[in-house]
Amino acid sequence: MNRLVTLLIRGWSWFSVLLFCSALASLLWFLLRHGVPTLGLELFFGDAPVGKAILGQVRVWDALWPACVGTLLLVLLAALMALPLGIAAGIYLACFAAPRFRQIMSLSVELLAGTPSIIMGLFGFALILFLRKTFFPAANTSLLLAAGCLALLILPYLIFTTRAALDSLPAGLKMIGPGLGLSHLETVFHILLPAAGRGIIGGVILALGRAAEDTAVIMLTGVIANAGLPHGLLGKFEALPFRIYFLAAEYQSQAQLDSAYGTALVLLCLTGLLYCSAFLLHKTLEWRWNRQ
Amino acid sequence: MLNRNSGKRDFTAGGRLTSPAGRIHFPGELLLRSAALFSALIIFALFGFLAYFSLPLFIEGRLGELFSLHWRPFQGQFGILPMIVGTLLLALSALALAYPLGLGICLFIHGLGPALLARPLLLLVQGMTGIPTVVYGFVSVFLLVPLLRNLFAHGSGFSLLAALLTLALLILPTIVLLIHSQLGQVVPALRLTATALGIARERELLYISLPASSYGLLAAAILGFGRAVGDTLIALMVAGNAARIPDSAFDSIRTLTAHIALVVSTDSQSTTYQSLFAGGLILFLTTAAINLLLHRIKSRACPSGDGS
Repeated sequence: MNRLVTLLIRGWSWFSVLLFCSALASLLWFLLRHGVPTLGLELFFGDAPVGKAILGQVRVWDALWPACVGTLLLVLLAALMALPLGIAAGIYLACFAAPRFRQIMSLSVELLAGTPSIIMGLFGFALILFLRKTFFPAANTSLLLAAGCLALLILPYLIFTTRAALDSLPAGLKMIGPGLGLSHLETVFHILLPAAGRGIIGGVILALGRAAEDTAVIMLTGVIANAGLPHGLLGKFEALPFRIYFLAAEYQSQAQLDSAYGTALVLLCLTGLLYCSAFLLHKTLEWRWNRQ
Repeated sequence: MLNRNSGKRDFTAGGRLTSPAGRIHFPGELLLRSAALFSALIIFALFGFLAYFSLPLFIEGRLGELFSLHWRPFQGQFGILPMIVGTLLLALSALALAYPLGLGICLFIHGLGPALLARPLLLLVQGMTGIPTVVYGFVSVFLLVPLLRNLFAHGSGFSLLAALLTLALLILPTIVLLIHSQLGQVVPALRLTATALGIARERELLYISLPASSYGLLAAAILGFGRAVGDTLIALMVAGNAARIPDSAFDSIRTLTAHIALVVSTDSQSTTYQSLFAGGLILFLTTAAINLLLHRIKSRACPSGDGS
C-alpha cells in the first residue's frame, strides 16, 4: 500500500514535468519552425523601400513596421506616465509611510494588480463614453488613451518592485545613514536609492515587457489593424500583439499567415529579451548583497 | 516575491526606516505621498466608472434581464448568464488540470527528481511567465485546434477543451512559483530531521512538507483561479465565442472577458453597453473578492507582514 502511494507520487511528478516540458517544447518548436523562415526585411517592410519606410515617406502595407512603431510609442508613453508615479509611490511606501497607511495602500495597489487587463480597457472605453456625453462630443479612442490605460496596468508592478527593492536591502546598509548622522531623507536619497537602483530598473524593464505584450487593453482603446504609422497622440495606431490576434482570426492568404508567424516570433523575442535582462539584473543584485 | 530576506521585517517593524506617522518632513514628501495616494485611489475610480455605467440596470430593476440565458442584442435581449457560466466552467476546469500538474512539478523540484534538473526546470517555469498571452493563443489556434478537430472529429475544434488546455498552460507558472516559494521555506527546515528519522522523500513531502505549506497551496489555487478568470485572449482566440451554455467540452463557449472585447470592438448600439458594463462590474468584483481573500490568507499566514 505504502509502496504504491510512493510510486504513484513519484510517477505523477515525473509525468507532470514531462508533460509540461513537451507542451512548452512543441509551442516553441512550432513557432520557430514557421516563424524563422519568414524573418527578413520583407517581414518588416513588405514591398516598400526600407529607407523611405523608416522615414515615414512611404506607406507600408501588410508588414510589421507600423506595428513596431506603434508598440514602441505605446510602451514609451505608458512608461512616461507610469514611471514617475509608480517609483514615487514605491519609495513613499517603503521609506516614509506610517505602517497603517502602508498596509491600506498596499492592499489597494494589490487589488489594482489583480484586476484583469480587460477591465482597464473597459475603463478607458467608459472614459471616452463619458467625455462624449459631457465635455468633448468628438472624443475617440486613441494612442494616448491606450497608453494611459496601459500605464494603469503596469503601475502596481512598478510600485511593488520599487518597494521590494528598497525593503530587501541589507539591514546593515540601512544603518549606515543614521550611523553617520544623516537625516532620514539623506539616508534614503544618498544611500538606499542608489543601492536599490538595479532592482528598481529590473522592475521597470519587467513592466515594459508587460506593457508591450498586453492585447486586451489596447483592443478596447484604439488599436486597429490597418492604421499605418500612428498619426499623433489622438490618432489610431497598430501594435504587435494586436496584429497577431487579428491575423490569427482573419488572415486571408498564406502570405498573411506567414507574416503572423513572423510577428509572433518577433514579439516573443522582444518580451523574452526584456524578461532576460530584468532577470539578470535581479541576479546580479542578489549576488552583490550575498557576497558581502 | 523572489526575495526572502529574513532581516527585512524586523527592521522595518523597528521603525528606523519608516518615519513617524503623518508628518511632512520635506517639501518633496508631499509629492511622494500624493503619488502613493493617487495610485491607491485608482481602484476606486475603476469601480466608480463601472458602477456608474451599469447603474441604469439596477435603478430600473432590469436585473432579471441581465441574468437571462439569451444574448440577442438585435431583439433587445442582453442576458449575460451564458458568459458567466462559460467563465466559471473554463476557469475551474483549467485550474483542475493545472493544479495537480503544478503540484507534481513542485514535488519534482523539491526532491523527487534529480537535483541536477531542479534548477533548470525552475528557470524554465520562470521564463515561461515572459511569454505573451497572445502567443499562447496564436500557437493554440494553429497547433492545438486542428489537432483536436482531427482527433475528435467534432465541430471546428474551437471549444471549451481547446481553451482549457491552453489556459492551464498559461496559469501553470503562477501555481508552480507560488507553491515552490512556500515549499522553499518549509522543506530545508524539515528535510534533515525527516531524513535522520529515516522517512522516505515521497512520504516526507506528502505527510510533512505539504501539510506544513498549506498557505501556499491554498494561495496558489486562488491566484491561479483569479488569473484564469481574468484572462481575455485565450478564451477570445480559442474558445469559439458562442454565447450559450455548452453541452460538452467540445462545444464552443464565451467568457465574460471575451464578451466585453467582442462587443466593444464590434461597436454595437449604446443600449448593449449597460449590460456590458454590468458584466465588467461582475468581473471586477469577482477578482477583487479573490484578491481580498488572498490578502486575508496571507496576513493570517504571516501576521506581522503587510503582504509584500
